[in-house]
Amino acid sequence: MAKLNINGQVVEVTAADDTPLLWAIRDHIGLTGTKYGCGIAACGACTVHIDGQAVRACSMPLSAVSADQKIVTIEGLSPNGMHPIQVAWRDLDVPQCGYCQSGMIMAAAALLAEKPNPTDEDIDNAMTNICRCGTYNRVRAGIKQAAANRQG
Amino acid sequence: MTLIETTTTSRRAVLKAAAGLTVGFYLPTSAFAQQPAPAATPEINAWVVIRPDDTVVLRMARSEMGQGTRTGLCQMIAEELHCDWSKIVTEYVTPGQSLARNRAWGAFLTAGSQGIRQSHDYVRRGGAAARIMLIQAAAEAWGVPAADCTAKDSVITHAASGRTVRYGQVAAAAARLTPPANVTLKDPKDWTVIGKSVKRLDTASKTTGALVYGSDLKMPGMLVAVPKECPVFGGKVASFDAAKVSSMPGVRHVLKVADTAVAVVADTFWQAKTALDALPVTWDYGPNRAVSSQTIEAQLREGLDATEAFVGNTNGDARAAIAGAARKVEAVYAYPFQNHAPMEPMNATVLWTPTRCDVWCPTQNGEAALAATAQAAGLPQTACDVHRVDLGGGFGRRTTHDWLIQAVNIAKQIPGVPVKTQWTREEDMVQGRYHPVTMAKMTGGLDAQGNLVGLHMRISGQSILSYVFPTALQNGRDPVQFQGLNAGGNDSQIGYSFPNLLIDHAMRNTHVPPHFWRGVNHNQNAIYLECFLDELAHAAGQDPLAFRRKLMGNHPRHLAVLNAVAEKIGWDKPPPAGVHRGIAQQMGFGSYVAAAAEVSVDAQGKLKVHRIVAATDCGVAVNPRQIEMQVEGSFVYGLSALLYGACTVKDGQIVETNFDSYNVLRMDEMPPVETIVMPSGGFWGGVGEPTIMVAAPAVLNGIFAATGKRIRSVPLKDQDLRRA
Repeated sequence: MAKLNINGQVVEVTAADDTPLLWAIRDHIGLTGTKYGCGIAACGACTVHIDGQAVRACSMPLSAVSADQKIVTIEGLSPNGMHPIQVAWRDLDVPQCGYCQSGMIMAAAALLAEKPNPTDEDIDNAMTNICRCGTYNRVRAGIKQAAANRQG
Repeated sequence: MTLIETTTTSRRAVLKAAAGLTVGFYLPTSAFAQQPAPAATPEINAWVVIRPDDTVVLRMARSEMGQGTRTGLCQMIAEELHCDWSKIVTEYVTPGQSLARNRAWGAFLTAGSQGIRQSHDYVRRGGAAARIMLIQAAAEAWGVPAADCTAKDSVITHAASGRTVRYGQVAAAAARLTPPANVTLKDPKDWTVIGKSVKRLDTASKTTGALVYGSDLKMPGMLVAVPKECPVFGGKVASFDAAKVSSMPGVRHVLKVADTAVAVVADTFWQAKTALDALPVTWDYGPNRAVSSQTIEAQLREGLDATEAFVGNTNGDARAAIAGAARKVEAVYAYPFQNHAPMEPMNATVLWTPTRCDVWCPTQNGEAALAATAQAAGLPQTACDVHRVDLGGGFGRRTTHDWLIQAVNIAKQIPGVPVKTQWTREEDMVQGRYHPVTMAKMTGGLDAQGNLVGLHMRISGQSILSYVFPTALQNGRDPVQFQGLNAGGNDSQIGYSFPNLLIDHAMRNTHVPPHFWRGVNHNQNAIYLECFLDELAHAAGQDPLAFRRKLMGNHPRHLAVLNAVAEKIGWDKPPPAGVHRGIAQQMGFGSYVAAAAEVSVDAQGKLKVHRIVAATDCGVAVNPRQIEMQVEGSFVYGLSALLYGACTVKDGQIVETNFDSYNVLRMDEMPPVETIVMPSGGFWGGVGEPTIMVAAPAVLNGIFAATGKRIRSVPLKDQDLRRA
């Protein structure tokens, strides 16, 4: 039995210790906005925040997460989908198929929290998520627009 | 109550009984609004339902996988329907409903960049017929001639009396009217919705995690199956030791699936995967264990000079012209297997009973999915149906249904229990349906003045149709092999007039199954032709653009897009210091496209693509912003293929198992893409694929300009790009 603090609520999960946080979130807690893409921390579709840091949940076993760590998933990023990144994403129509976008948005939100006005290089370094549809240029524009709106 | 809503409601009711998640196959499409339960509203026609609250329900046969077809189709219906755009929601019809109504919704196939270009006429007619009936209903209620009434934004107005009525108020009466026998569509010059860059209808739920994909489906009592097929195509299961894993946590079933796979079925994905990894399996690898990338290359090389080949395009006598030329240029090119690698691995959820089989899955072809389901289920199609969800990427992989057949074969062994079959990424990588492997020997003859007098393009390699639709072969010849090289037709015509030409194909198939892959055979054909023309231009001491233009006099639309990118990139002015340019053009999927690239290669051989300019003439541009997004995306996919895309074969199986060994382009390597949308009117071309065709050749020609080194095989990751 593991206790997890997810989106502000403490929940108990009955799962093997080696169960990745991703699958605890998806199959046990039932929040499916966080996606499975590769299982080896290569694609970023499973990105969540742990104490504000972007983490690839597919490669984080439950045994490595404690109840006092605050986990935030895409469902908990903002109460009404009004995080500046989400607003910019809708404004610019960033997603295509959308499957990678939960992870993209969580990675971008963590970047923006750390660097309110990220440079292109900051974006290149932080945004290593894979998108196969090809939204990269709009992701970049979305991050810049969110940064500008936040400061404006 | 209409058929669709009856069906949807009942299935929805069953699924809503699940604690926790709401199952989302009934798609919410508007912002954060909760989708209201479908009301008992009669349809106006197959495409249009107007609810009493004025909600405009537009029905979709084509699938949405990120390419924007849903929004584009709504634009076309709305153009004629004159409805309030903000009131539109969409729903997928099922292939079972279409079957029951004599294919009322036409084709479901969402591939070949045809979702819009093949259905624009009948969906617009659906919108127009509905508008006529709504106006007629209002006119009859008012006792005035319909011709005196107009409709705009879902409101009907009788100007003479100043009366108005909303669509929702007359929809029930309209639904009882006889559909008009003749419908006249608007002249394109009067369009107000088509051609506009409206925002997508389905963005919001993709920013909150709310959109439910196939992988996310949950149903009461559902189990999760994780399968493993014999890693060598054509092999079988010899034996497996179920007892070793059957008592592991959560495990419910350990199954043989057909003769070729095993699967562990458990309460959760991780439990099933953990047990599958621990399951001892002995495979009967069959006859293909000795096949490797090396043996396949040898097989293809033999075809380069084989006597027999299928002719794709010919005029004059190319062989004689080349033999008599002042100068002969020859080069051999190669293109590897590549995986589609959509972000969402293959999955399908199936509920099978002896009398009925329902599946919920992301598919690019609902009708083919239904046929596959029925066959695997051992039931008539009328006892089956396919409930679609949006796709987490398709790119062609989800036009074929090996994964769905497998999922039905699993669920059949557990009657009455919904089973979600979910592939791992590793399974997705080694059980792909791959971009076909080919090589080409290009031979050209130049006269003393550097004019091209003859060209022979010998393709050797896999034919997709021989695997997928062998009945479509023409006396053994695969016509799809010659995409972009055809002498005529309005789909993929070659853009040059060569004095003597021979394009032929020595079919050399392997056991690795090929399939349609975004861009399909254009991907290699455009590299072979456009890079070799570059070689010929350099051999003749001519500018690659000028060399092409001389051959394009009879191909004004091909030339127009080529000229457009040349002008925008500034071909007649020198590039920035250290930067070099490449150019390419092609026609495919009914559209004319060209690209120009600016690249540099540093002393260590590191490539940087600085800038892409891409032009598209797709005839009619339904939504220019969507086209820009598709063009940008096609360069991500095309440059990923060029830089990294290769699946290799060892001991009969695919070597690359995940994104660590099958890498793709990331943000730091993505160049800016400047898109020119230049619809010339009068035809409907595709958008999702065409520009991918010119991504690789434009960059490869730029690499030659930068280094003097001609790269003739894909991908670049293993090649030395340092200056020759």
